[in-house]
Amino acid sequence: MLFLLILAPLLAAVAIFFGAPARKTALGAALFNVVLAGYAASTWNCSCWNTGFQVLENPNIHLSLGLTGISTVMLILSVIVTLAAVYSGKCPDGREKLWFSSTLLIAAGAIGAFLSTDVFFFYAFHELALIPTFLMIGMLGRGNRKEAAWKITIYLALGSIVLLAGLILAMNQMEGWAFSDLKAAEKYQNEIALLLIIGFGTLVSLFPFHSWAAPAYASAPAPVAMLHAGVLKKFGLYGLLVVGMKVAPDGMAHWLPWICVLLLGNIIWVGLVTLNQKRLDLMLGNSSVMHMGYIFLAIAALAANVDNQIAEPAAVLLMFAHGISIALLFSLTSIVERKTGTLEIAQLGGLAKTAPALAFLFGLAGMASIGLPGLANFAGEVMVFFAGFYDWKDAQGQIALGWVQWTTIIALWGVVISAVYMLRAFRSSFQGPLVKSTENATDISICGKIPAYLLAATLLVVGIYPQIILQFLK
Amino acid sequence: MQAHYIEFITVGFGIVLLMLEAFTDGNKPRIGLIAAAGLAVILILELTTCRACVVPDWMEKFYVHDSAARYFKIIALVSTILVLLMAVDMKKVLSRYTSGDETGSALGEFFCLPVFACAGLMWMASARDLVSIFVALELVTISFYVMVAYMRRNVGSLEAGVKYLILGALSTGFLVYGIAWVYGATGTMELTAIDLSKPSLNQTTLLFGLALLLIAFGFKVGAAPMQLWIPDVYQGALTPITAYLSVASKSAGFIVMMMVFQPFLMDSSPVKPQLQTVLYIMAGATLLYGNLAAISQSNFKRLLAYSSIAHAGFLLMGIGSVDFISVSFYLGVYLLMTFAAFFILALVRNQENSDTIDAFDGLGARNPLLAACLTVAMAALAGVPLTAGFWGKFRIFESAIDSGASWWLISVAFVSVAAGFYYYLKVVKAMYWNAPRTEKPLEVPIITKCVLAVLTLGIFLFGVWPQPILDMLK
Repeated sequence: MLFLLILAPLLAAVAIFFGAPARKTALGAALFNVVLAGYAASTWNCSCWNTGFQVLENPNIHLSLGLTGISTVMLILSVIVTLAAVYSGKCPDGREKLWFSSTLLIAAGAIGAFLSTDVFFFYAFHELALIPTFLMIGMLGRGNRKEAAWKITIYLALGSIVLLAGLILAMNQMEGWAFSDLKAAEKYQNEIALLLIIGFGTLVSLFPFHSWAAPAYASAPAPVAMLHAGVLKKFGLYGLLVVGMKVAPDGMAHWLPWICVLLLGNIIWVGLVTLNQKRLDLMLGNSSVMHMGYIFLAIAALAANVDNQIAEPAAVLLMFAHGISIALLFSLTSIVERKTGTLEIAQLGGLAKTAPALAFLFGLAGMASIGLPGLANFAGEVMVFFAGFYDWKDAQGQIALGWVQWTTIIALWGVVISAVYMLRAFRSSFQGPLVKSTENATDISICGKIPAYLLAATLLVVGIYPQIILQFLK
Repeated sequence: MQAHYIEFITVGFGIVLLMLEAFTDGNKPRIGLIAAAGLAVILILELTTCRACVVPDWMEKFYVHDSAARYFKIIALVSTILVLLMAVDMKKVLSRYTSGDETGSALGEFFCLPVFACAGLMWMASARDLVSIFVALELVTISFYVMVAYMRRNVGSLEAGVKYLILGALSTGFLVYGIAWVYGATGTMELTAIDLSKPSLNQTTLLFGLALLLIAFGFKVGAAPMQLWIPDVYQGALTPITAYLSVASKSAGFIVMMMVFQPFLMDSSPVKPQLQTVLYIMAGATLLYGNLAAISQSNFKRLLAYSSIAHAGFLLMGIGSVDFISVSFYLGVYLLMTFAAFFILALVRNQENSDTIDAFDGLGARNPLLAACLTVAMAALAGVPLTAGFWGKFRIFESAIDSGASWWLISVAFVSVAAGFYYYLKVVKAMYWNAPRTEKPLEVPIITKCVLAVLTLGIFLFGVWPQPILDMLK
């Protein structure tokens, strides 16, 4: 059954390539996936979902899929964002085939990676997105698209190669490549952890391997930006949680100071860079890089103490919330560009008057992403900070702040930074007097509204009742 | 049936074809089709009846028929069939440069020579004796001298022929001399009878002989520093012959290398450390040269030449790690992806009269299906997961890491893969990002269409499920 979740977008992409009506087929596949994923999530801990067969004897590799708590959450995230991405994007005329089949291929890669219960295919599916992303950004992107396309491709290729080295080094010490075979490696834990942190870190845009992300997201067509920033980027974090922490727990702890410094680079350094952005798309791209720092904080907390029960759910909940909110923001940004013809913040203004629904949705998503209580990201960030302060007292009850606690204290300032840039951007784009570009802007159309409200509702529901996601992570 | 009948039948068939060519006039390309059909029958014989073939007693010392030999015979037959089919589709270009008109009256021998080369390749796969290996290798090489220089009215082809002849003769000299030294050191021509534990063994003599052999084989497979001839010869030869050189001649070099070096790379061998070190150094140099030089190429055929050097580097790494199964596997998938690329190159060369990367501009708009096939082939050559090419690299990396190859070599190999992404994607970029130079649709002949469909599906099938190829090698 789980194979259908991957095959539906794949087959739809092939069908579109051979001339099926592009938008309808893509929507059909995305809807089908939402329904099937919903059903799968409702019975996720039934072993009936596990399926697979052996593709190679030595090393022992299976093409196997299954559901765990974390992968169920990631699956829900993937299918929701895919539906929104397929629905909301406005495709340039004559390019429907490429647009929709690439979007579906990226989605299939993400879903396949999250469903795999074998390290090999977990890795392999992720790369399915590489070439469609390259083509979409290079052909249909905006701004300096060719450079951005090369940059993201070379960066991600290098990152995945480093990752592969780490995985091979680790998996050569296991019985096979299945997730169930994972155990702490006996040798080379530090080397493995280093390779995995750099490899996964590049894919997640960990400082200082982050410089591909913002320009690529700014240039990418909306569906690619939504899927990449919202879903695919979570692959690296997911990998660190389900593979990295399993095969090299001591290695991760060994590099803890480095992880802490780098994630502060994400939060503070990239946060300050974000403050300085003049374009809406670049600001969002940088802010998504910045927010990865918080999720890394949860992983650092887990690396510092593997008994930290709250760190993993915190990371996963924030991954989910961030995925939904950034996808919504990128989708709305492309609508702003269509309506006004510009994304320079200085050239926008008063958009709330002419496009109130757009302004409301953008405001909601913006508030969510800076962690306003009541929206999903707040629940995630609060949990991350709790996780960061997990063992701040030593055995005698004395305060003993370690690397993670100090990092958390500094990271809290990031919340202020993100509030500043997001509120400032909202104020100057949507409030104030109307300017030339926004005078004749029309409000968001029904086609943009449905997916936007879908994502916004998800943010609200999870924000008010985070248990809906946390129930998978007990 | 006796195993060696297959080679005898092939040689006999080649002679019959020559007769047929001499006594019929008119449609010469038909000879090519007959040759392909005949080889297909031999392939079926090899696949079915010859499963149970036996080797007569008197041949046992110099001829084997194990699964590896069968596997390479199949590679030889399949690549020869594909070369003949490609050559039939290129008959116009070929006759323009041979008889000077488009009648194709001087093409007869051209379609017979690959049959003889194929017989040599098949004999080589079974040979286990230095003399018979030498004879078989010469049968192949001499056929290639003629084929490379066959377009006598084309300066490029003649230049390629001369270069190939002179350097080929030189390497043959090294080979014979090396065989003499190895014979002198070990006292036998039979590879299975080599006994390295003898106290009388003179290591220096043996190492000198092996070094000479390494130079000769390095020439055949295009390993640094014996790779300089490759770009010019590949570019000058007719495209099908380039493909033949790139797949069959390279495979031949590697089979022989594996056979001859096997006894010297065993764990008990006193010269293993030295030989392994030299192989690793050659592998690193070959990887660096092939990949770095490929980056700046603007001619697709030349790009493929450098890419074939780069692949030789990976294969050498596999030989150094003494993982012959992975090397054989790599050669099998290399056949699929290289022929897919060359078939499309031949087609574009035919219709655009150019084999620069510019000639592929806008192919995505002119013929989306063909562009998709080439994208798949490029992705496979680059080693994107879920294509067959990835498994080849994956297994080589695995065994290199497992066998404790130097970290320098492994790092060089990983960087090479990342560089590969750049130059292979350059072709993809030309097809999709750039505007077509003409609107004229490309016509795809029926043979090319079928072959490409099979090859592309094979790349995907073995990309997900590589076990069938490995089963052939058991």
